Amino acid sequence: MEAAMGLMRRIPPKLTETALSALLSLLPDHSSDLLSQVDQPLQVLCDVDCGKEFILCEYNRDADSYRSPWSNKYHPPLEDGLHPSADLRKLEIEANDIFAIYRDQYYEGGISSVYMWEDENEGFVGCFLIKKDGSKSGHGRRGNLQEGAWDAIHVIEVGPEEEGIAHYCLTSTVMLSMTTKDESSGIFNLSGSIRRQMSMDLSVAEGHLCNMGRMIEELEGKLRNSLDQVYFGKTKEMVCTLRPPSELLQMRLPDSRDV
Amino acid sequence: MAEELTDKQKIEIAKWFLINSPPGEIQYVAKDIRSVLKDDNAYETAASESFPLYNKSHLICLQLPDRSGDVLVTSFSEIDENEYLDPRTAQVVKVDHVKQVCTEMRPANDEELPSPYIEEYRCALDAESIKYISEAYPKGFTSVYCVSGKDVEEPGSDFELVIVISAARHSPQNFCNGSWRSIWNIEFKDDLQMVEVSGRMQVGAHYFEEGNVQLDAKHECRDSTIFQSPDDCAISLINIICHHETEYLTSLQASYSNLPDTTFKDLRRKLPVTRTLFPWHNTMQFSLTRDITRELGIGK
Repeated sequence: MEAAMGLMRRIPPKLTETALSALLSLLPDHSSDLLSQVDQPLQVLCDVDCGKEFILCEYNRDADSYRSPWSNKYHPPLEDGLHPSADLRKLEIEANDIFAIYRDQYYEGGISSVYMWEDENEGFVGCFLIKKDGSKSGHGRRGNLQEGAWDAIHVIEVGPEEEGIAHYCLTSTVMLSMTTKDESSGIFNLSGSIRRQMSMDLSVAEGHLCNMGRMIEELEGKLRNSLDQVYFGKTKEMVCTLRPPSELLQMRLPDSRDV
Repeated sequence: MAEELTDKQKIEIAKWFLINSPPGEIQYVAKDIRSVLKDDNAYETAASESFPLYNKSHLICLQLPDRSGDVLVTSFSEIDENEYLDPRTAQVVKVDHVKQVCTEMRPANDEELPSPYIEEYRCALDAESIKYISEAYPKGFTSVYCVSGKDVEEPGSDFELVIVISAARHSPQNFCNGSWRSIWNIEFKDDLQMVEVSGRMQVGAHYFEEGNVQLDAKHECRDSTIFQSPDDCAISLINIICHHETEYLTSLQASYSNLPDTTFKDLRRKLPVTRTLFPWHNTMQFSLTRDITRELGIGK
């Protein structure tokens, strides 16, 4: 399993899906570990009732069906599929609505979904997902990207409330790929994924959604900055190490050769 | 329930992982895939088929057995699957692809080397290329090969040389590896008295400390110059190459500068248009612009 994770860290991020299905076929006994530990780009289905798209993940899957956060129905239909309790479903609906606005503000497009379910510790878990196609043929507002994809997965565990305080543990994963293409610079592609965690004890005075939302916003921002400055920065540093920018290279003319 | 994979399928999968390894990482990938495959025979077949492809594609540089210099493993210098020519020293080396080392060395035969006429051009270009890369690349290697017309004895025929530049930086302890590969095809056209240049540059970088991020950039360009004496051609050609490669580096830097505020923004903004964080406790102000008719309460 360690070797499998090692491979996933080295394979070009754009080949993640192929790599994961290759590993699943080589290690069928480890499939649940692989699926939960390896990040892969999110898939989407369309809710037949309202025509809105929703994101697929392990957290809204039961057997081979996926539950829509809009209609709360499984696609394809499933008898006795798992559903959150009525109270939690209410929170889930509000979370989806608010998160859609958040998504609009930061992503100017894209799709989002939130799924919630009770866990064994009298708390609950929420999964907030965003998928954005930033290419110029997708939702890329400025037309810079030939190809652009951002997938964010935020899984937040909320502990039971004690004396007005709850414990929140957030694990956020961002996967992205950006390609620009033009005459003078050819094809330029940066892609990658990172995952981080954040835990906080917060008062529930303003409600769970507020707390979860703020943590997600903070961590998502940190991941974006980290990708941009640290991760992409390191690749830039590497390029400049391979071939340092230099104004000192003289253009040699045929009649000014060194003797 | 998944069926057991056939040997052929296992080998194909192993080959795929090996060939797609980032610069400098094939040995690490090999160790991991061998573990995951749990079938040494399949692994060995996959390795013997994929290492040569990887090595040639990455233009890897190996030390000569007597440590007198280096040789590049490329498809242009391949005499045989395990034998590669180093025209500069007129030696042919035998290579163990999987171990990525040179095992033997012998002088090249006359048939393996270009004619003296071609060699004049090749050698002049090689000398200029060495000067260029010693200035431009802290740790670069270069070689010039004749890929067509190596037996041309005198003016009157076309021939083609190829300049290969390979620079790699491996810092696994810093979780960072990268490579720069340039391949410049130089076609000498006798009837036109012109030399056509076409270059392909490929830059890759991988940073993987608690994450996995890779750069994959490529560029192609063309240029030309007049057919002159070997020395004059060499200087003119290397000037052209230097010019294009420097320009390419500049445009790579520009692509990076555009990232934070321009390119990245098409994926996710740093902040909403309001320039403030999202008001989770009070989303009422947005409800007018959305199709939400019921009051958004703060759920518990």
